Amino acid sequence: MKKIISLLSISAILFSSCKKDEVAEYDPNVKATLSVEFDNVAGSSDLQLNTADYTNALGQQFKVTKLKYYVSNFKLTNVDGSVYTVPQTECYFLIDESNAASHMPELSIPEGEYKSLSFVIGVDSLRNTMDVSQRTGSLDVSAAAADMYWSWNSGYIFFKIDGTSPAITAMGGVFQYHVGGFGGYSSSTVNNLRTITLDLTGRGTPKVKSGKETNIHLMVDILKALNGTTNMNFSTVAMAHSPNAGVPVANNYVNMISHDHTEN
Amino acid sequence: MTKKYWFIIFLFLTGIYACEKELIENFTGFQKPSNFPEPVYRLNDNIITKERFELGRKLFYETKLSADNTISCGSCHIQTAAFTHHGHTVSHGIFDRLGTRNSPPIMNLAWNTSFMWDGGIVDLDLQAVAPITNHLEMDETMPNVLNKLRNSDQYPTLFQKAFGSSEINTTNFLKALSQFMVLCVSSNSKYDSVMRKEGNVSFTADEQEGRLIVIQKCGQCHTEPLFTDNNFRNNGLSISMINDEGRYKVTQIDSDKYKFRVPSLRNLAFTAPFMHDGRLLSLDAVLDHYISQVQNIPNLDPLLHQNGMFGISITTNERQKIIAFLNTLNDRSFLFDKRFSEP
Repeated sequence: MKKIISLLSISAILFSSCKKDEVAEYDPNVKATLSVEFDNVAGSSDLQLNTADYTNALGQQFKVTKLKYYVSNFKLTNVDGSVYTVPQTECYFLIDESNAASHMPELSIPEGEYKSLSFVIGVDSLRNTMDVSQRTGSLDVSAAAADMYWSWNSGYIFFKIDGTSPAITAMGGVFQYHVGGFGGYSSSTVNNLRTITLDLTGRGTPKVKSGKETNIHLMVDILKALNGTTNMNFSTVAMAHSPNAGVPVANNYVNMISHDHTEN
Repeated sequence: MTKKYWFIIFLFLTGIYACEKELIENFTGFQKPSNFPEPVYRLNDNIITKERFELGRKLFYETKLSADNTISCGSCHIQTAAFTHHGHTVSHGIFDRLGTRNSPPIMNLAWNTSFMWDGGIVDLDLQAVAPITNHLEMDETMPNVLNKLRNSDQYPTLFQKAFGSSEINTTNFLKALSQFMVLCVSSNSKYDSVMRKEGNVSFTADEQEGRLIVIQKCGQCHTEPLFTDNNFRNNGLSISMINDEGRYKVTQIDSDKYKFRVPSLRNLAFTAPFMHDGRLLSLDAVLDHYISQVQNIPNLDPLLHQNGMFGISITTNERQKIIAFLNTLNDRSFLFDKRFSEP
């Protein structure tokens, strides 16, 4: 009996110490790094600029020469239900397929396990109307944002895909789909801001802790930006350079991002 | 030549010299004319100093802003034409590429709620990016412009003086340009003197009557004292060859088709031709348009279609008085203000 009691107490200690460890694992007052990888693909192939041929839902062949988009306003929901919003000063990222260093934004967030991730494709209306001194880094119109900004209709281009297709007879076979439009300054205009919310529980929740790297790996399927609610037809619409013209692409690309896996 | 004559010339020259010296030494920053409303421009976000203003002026006249280093802002916004492109219906950019719209005046922009004929830009600080990057205008990129300035002999020092750092960045570049533009205030017309009760200046009977007619028949759009309501309106010009849809291009709202920003009536004597595409070559042509040539096109402003009649009913007598009044809105001192001239 004594033996049993001692065994019980040992196991109780073990359990409690175990549990204690679990509780002590995360300190919400400590910030740690979570990287979010935007892996641009075309269906089941890794996206190759300029060289690879792809086919859209209408059977039209095309190449992609440029792919750039903004992701911003990241929010993470902890398994305990609390939501962490990444501060405004550090929540704007420009993903540029031609620049590998841009593919993995790093977020500094409180330690913890997170069950969902949400962010905006584009630049919100507030930042779009802010003083020029608040538009630095990825939003600098003389640097990173130089070709992601409509000067004639002040506002950022949220998403840009350029390419060529033999289906286009005019303009050297070039297509350019530039999507922007945050809802307008004075009159209510087209709003192409789209919020993406991803459940992370199916493919691995990130367990964010200082001293280690945690990465959420997302797949961004550009075929889904071109195909979907509206199958973009290169031969009839080769150019989209206004908020209105961008609506079908925005309505498609709201479904282009999926959670592939998490590296803890 | 008599001695007296020479003496007068001498006095005159001393006067000019003294004037110039005084203007440069007594930099007063932004002064709101007492007969103007509060400015729209956020002056608190761009503290005006002499060095920043002078840097902005130098940038305004800087040809490095264009792709081939041939044109500056001042090329199409000429001071002697009240900062418009006098005689040009639409302006030409580098390589003589022709634009589609008439160069608007750099004048009283601190009170503008939006910029460009279609209002596509709402912050003066971001305005300059448009002509710099427009293919038909300067066709340059912002990174190139800043790099050219960084690599110049003078600019790092000038930015250092103005902003306390030789770093040339987007914010400092654009804010310096804004300082120059914000200070381009034209408020010394006869009209302003009368309104501010300066000296013994008063309207003639015709000017006084003309003012009342303008207030009554034009004032809903060309509202005192800036003579614009900052709104977008379709004034019944026939649709142009290039089908410029104006405000619609920005908002893509059908009811904005063929609407353009209401321009000010100040300095008309120096800013012909008129309208968004400069199609009306004289003030007389403008009055003819409103009296008898207003077209019934989609979204025509209701003010130009009242009681089943198109346009504005103006008698020959009224027309003379309107012109007499409009002439009191010309501010010649603005054209020769040394502060705004190419340094």
